[in-house]
Amino acid sequence: MASQHLDQTVEHTEGQHQEGMTKGKIWRVFFYLLALTALEFFIALVLVHGGVIEKTMAVNVVYIVLTLLKAYYIIAYFMHLKFETFGFIMSVAIAFVLIIYFIVLMLTEGGYLNTHYNPFPHWDNPQ
Amino acid sequence: MSTTVTELDKVKTGRWNGGRSPFNVEYGKIMMWFFLTSDAFTFSAFLIYYGSQRFAHMTWPDPDKLFQSIPFVADYGYPLVFVGIMTFILIMSSVTMVLAVEAGHRMAKKEVVGWMIATIIGGLMFIGCQALEWTHLNHAGFWWGSIPSQEGVSPEVTLAPYFSKEISEVSALQFANLFFTITGFHGFHVSIGILLNIIVLGMTLANVFERRGSYLMVEKVGLYWHFVDLVWVFVFTFFYLV
Repeated sequence: MASQHLDQTVEHTEGQHQEGMTKGKIWRVFFYLLALTALEFFIALVLVHGGVIEKTMAVNVVYIVLTLLKAYYIIAYFMHLKFETFGFIMSVAIAFVLIIYFIVLMLTEGGYLNTHYNPFPHWDNPQ
Repeated sequence: MSTTVTELDKVKTGRWNGGRSPFNVEYGKIMMWFFLTSDAFTFSAFLIYYGSQRFAHMTWPDPDKLFQSIPFVADYGYPLVFVGIMTFILIMSSVTMVLAVEAGHRMAKKEVVGWMIATIIGGLMFIGCQALEWTHLNHAGFWWGSIPSQEGVSPEVTLAPYFSKEISEVSALQFANLFFTITGFHGFHVSIGILLNIIVLGMTLANVFERRGSYLMVEKVGLYWHFVDLVWVFVFTFFYLV
């Protein structure tokens, strides 16, 4: 009962920040996500698999940028984080600074292992 | 008595001065966000390890060649098509989930039920697709700790179809381990999400939220469900595209 009562009061007195996500807007975000995914497939299938461009680091960077864009739309609109208070957004987002550090750290480490310590046997591809 | 209020006695009205919720978010929802943050760290650790392994090997299996089948349609020759369908299903089920949350704000029970059922069906379809994908790779010889091999045939020959550059057993093995671990962990999350959705659907049908006066619980499982979709966006990029 107590928790039910709490839910009620929160919803009625403070929970009135649901502006922003109407049905129309939800579908618009869906089409953004769909368009971004379609673009990724276009690059992967038509351009790379079709032999128009080589799969280089630049292509991977494009993939990752598109992925981060999709992540932004999902978090900001579907998960509604964009409409929360600044303090709450920061309390969730700040921690990911550590992830950026972790990425840099581990990829540097991986690259080092590749160039300085690579005893694994491998064969040339006959193709 | 003077009626002027001294600076010290003035009632402060700032966000953090008490008397109101500074974040303006219900407790359970905050805790869901913090749980998802910690879960994001787990997935990040998995994916970053995958990245560091790729950086540490001079060659890696080509996803373009690994994922070429559409179950029941074709065994070979259609790269990335099936995973495209899976991605579409998951994005779609994310949309039906937001629509359920939106209907909850309007206290429209019937619509919440409809969209929740759609979300659950989407989740089940995704899990089904993933099972097919796993089965296909497993039949090809990939599993935790195992890669395609044949008695008396050099790995150079058995692994050739999966590589575009040099061929390496170690790379293939690392790929197999990480693929099944990470997509497995994601699939586990999807399964839990489906379970939570079913529970919330049951509560909606039993009028629990109607009596409570708010559909906040739909929002909380919604957050979890979107997170699962979010993780797939990254898994998809790093396993199938990059």
